[in-house]
Amino acid sequence: MIRVVQVRRLFATRVDGGLISASVAIFLGLAFGALILKAAGIAPLAAYAVILKGAFGKPASVMYAIVKATPLIFTGLSIALAFRGGLFNIGAEGQFIVAALAAALTGYYLQLPAAVHVPVVFLIATAAAGLWGGIAGFLKARYGTHEVVSTIMLNWIALHLQNFVVMTTGFRKPDSEASFTIRESASITLLGEWKYSGPGQSWLQDHSVVQDLLRAPVNFGIVVAVAVALALHFILKKTTAGYTLRAIGFNRRAAAYGGIDVERGLVMTMVAAGAIAGAGGALHVMGVAKNIALLTSMEGYGFDGLAVALMGNASIAGCGVSALLLGALKYGGAKMQAVLGAPSEIIVIITGAIVFFVGIPRISRELLRARRARIGRNDA
Amino acid sequence: MLEDVGFIVGTSLMFTAPLMLCALGGVLSENAGVTALGLEGMMTLGAFTAAASGNFTAGPWQAFLAAGLAGASLAALYAVATVGLGSNQVVSSIAVNFLGVGGSLFFCRVFFAGATMTPPVSLDRKIPRPLNGLFPPGSFPDLVLNQYATVYVALLLALLVWFFLSKTAAGMRIRAVGENPAAADCLGVRVGLIRSLSVVLSGAFAGFGGAAMSIALVSSFRPTLISGHGFMALAAVIAGRWKPQGALIACLLFGSSEALVVFFGDRNIPSSLLSLLPYAIALVVLAGARGTAQAPAALGLPYRRETLN
Repeated sequence: MIRVVQVRRLFATRVDGGLISASVAIFLGLAFGALILKAAGIAPLAAYAVILKGAFGKPASVMYAIVKATPLIFTGLSIALAFRGGLFNIGAEGQFIVAALAAALTGYYLQLPAAVHVPVVFLIATAAAGLWGGIAGFLKARYGTHEVVSTIMLNWIALHLQNFVVMTTGFRKPDSEASFTIRESASITLLGEWKYSGPGQSWLQDHSVVQDLLRAPVNFGIVVAVAVALALHFILKKTTAGYTLRAIGFNRRAAAYGGIDVERGLVMTMVAAGAIAGAGGALHVMGVAKNIALLTSMEGYGFDGLAVALMGNASIAGCGVSALLLGALKYGGAKMQAVLGAPSEIIVIITGAIVFFVGIPRISRELLRARRARIGRNDA
Repeated sequence: MLEDVGFIVGTSLMFTAPLMLCALGGVLSENAGVTALGLEGMMTLGAFTAAASGNFTAGPWQAFLAAGLAGASLAALYAVATVGLGSNQVVSSIAVNFLGVGGSLFFCRVFFAGATMTPPVSLDRKIPRPLNGLFPPGSFPDLVLNQYATVYVALLLALLVWFFLSKTAAGMRIRAVGENPAAADCLGVRVGLIRSLSVVLSGAFAGFGGAAMSIALVSSFRPTLISGHGFMALAAVIAGRWKPQGALIACLLFGSSEALVVFFGDRNIPSSLLSLLPYAIALVVLAGARGTAQAPAALGLPYRRETLN
C-alpha cells in the first residue's frame, strides 16, 4: 500500500538541515494555529502567552510538562526506531495500552517487595507490548500485510481488550469504571507515600520550593526514558542488531542480498518498537495513573508519538526535544480553557499543522537554498 | 427467528453505509495513486459539520452536502501538500487526521458553549427513511428495507463509482495516473489535476460517510463517534483490492460484525469482547488478502515530470 521508499526518502534527507526544517515547521504550525484562533475570535498572542505561562510559569508546571512528555518520549522513540528500520509503527498506541494493562494487572495481583516488584512489573509489561508489536511484524514478514493497517486494527483490539479486562469482577474497583490501583510496592512515584505522610507534610511545609516541585506526580519515568534513549543510540550505531535494522530500513533488497535475514529483522524491529512504546505505558501506570480505566476512545499517546518522531526527524535526540515541546504545549494548552475559555484542542490543531509542514520538506529545502544563495553572494 | 435475521441484515446495512461512503472515497484516491490514510480526519470533520449544520439551519440534505464540502476542503489541503508540493503522503495524512479531529472538537467547543458533543439534531433534520410506513412495523421487510436514505445512497454511489472507474474515459485516466503517471503524462493526461480532483472527491465521500454517522445512524456528533471508522474504511479498500465492488463486500463484512455486536450486546456476552470482533475479523481478512500485489503501482509515490536540463 504505502511504499517504504517514501519513508526512506524522507529520512534520507535527515542530514541536511533537520533542525532548520523542524524549526520552520514548528513556526509555521504555530502561525497556522494563530490563524485558527483568530478565526474563532480568540486573541492568538494572549492564548500563546497563557500556554507559555502555563507550561513554564512555576517550577511545578515544568515538572508537570516533563511528566506529560515522558510517555511521548517512549512512543516517539518507538516510532522513530521503526522508521529507521523502514517501518511505520502506527501501533504505538495499542502497544502502550497493552503494557499499561499488563502493568496494572501485575501491579495489583503480584505481592512482592518493591525492589523486585518494580522490575518484574516493568519487564512483564514491556514484554507483552513487545509481543503485541511482534504480531504486526510477523504478519508483515509472513503475509505481507502492511504494518500501517495491521497496527491500526491491533490498536482497537488492544483498547477493547483493556475494556474487557478492566470490567472483570475482582479487578474492577466496585462502582467505578476503573481497575483497582496498583500496590505501593509497584509504584515509581518519587516519595509517593512520604509526600502525604505526617512528617513528609510538615517537612514540605518548611521547604516550599520542593513542595511545589513535588506537587506534580514526579517519577522515575524520565530517568528510564533518558537511559533508553542512550541505549538506543548505542545499539543503532555500534551493534550488529542496530546495523541490521538500519540496513533493512535503508534498502530491504540490498540487505537481503548482503545476507541479512530480512523477515527476522522486520519482526525484531516491531518487537523492539513495541517494547519501547510499552515501556512508556508501564511507567505511566507505575508513576502517574496507578490504575487503568474504561476507554471510550484512544488516549492519543501513540498518535502524539507520531508527531514527536516526525518533528524530531526520527533522531533520538530530536524525539526527546520534540516530546518535551509537545508535553509543554499540552500541559500549557490545558490552561487556556480556564483562563480564556479557549478550547485546548487548538494544541491538536497546532500539532497537526506542524506535522503537515514537516511532511513537505520542499518548504525548508527552498528556504535553505535561498539562504545558501545569499551566503554565496556575500562571499563573492 | 425471521425477525432476528431481518434485524441483523437491516442493522448490518445501517452500519455498512457510512463505512461504504468513506471507502468509496478511499477507492478513488488510492486508484489515482494517493494514499488515503487521512480518511479518518475527513470523516470526523464531515460528521461534525453535518451535526452542526443540522443544529443551526440546514435541512438533512443541506447538512449532508455541507459535510461533503467540509471533507473536500480538508482533502484539498491534503492535495496541495501531496500533489502540489510532493510531500510524503503518509506524513501528510497523519497531519490531516490531527487537523480533522482537532478541528472538529475545537469548533464544536467554539459553537456549542465549550461542549465536545453537539446537541442532538431534531427528528425532521435527520436523514429521512424513504420507505418508512410501507411495511408493517417490525416485520421482516420493514427491518431490512426501512433504512435511512444514506444506505441507498451508498449502494447507488458504489454502482456509480464502479461504472465510472471501469467504463468511462475519466475513470481510466484516474487509474492510469495511479498505475503509471509518467506514461499517462506522455499521453497528455494532466496527472496533477486528475490526482487532485480524485483526492478532493475522496474527501467529499469521506465527509458524506461522516454525515451518515452523525445525522442518520445517531443524531449528534461526539468525540468517540468516528473513532476508527475512517481507518476501517481504508482497510476495506485494501481488503477489497482497490475495487469498489471488493470494498463493498469488505464493508458489508465489517458492518455485519458491528451488527452482531449490537445483536448479541443484550444477550449477556461482554460487549467489549464483542466490540473487538470487527477489528479482529478485519485483521484476519487483511492477512488473507496477501500483501500489496494488486495495489495501484504508483500508490504513495509523488510524481514530478522529468525536466530536460
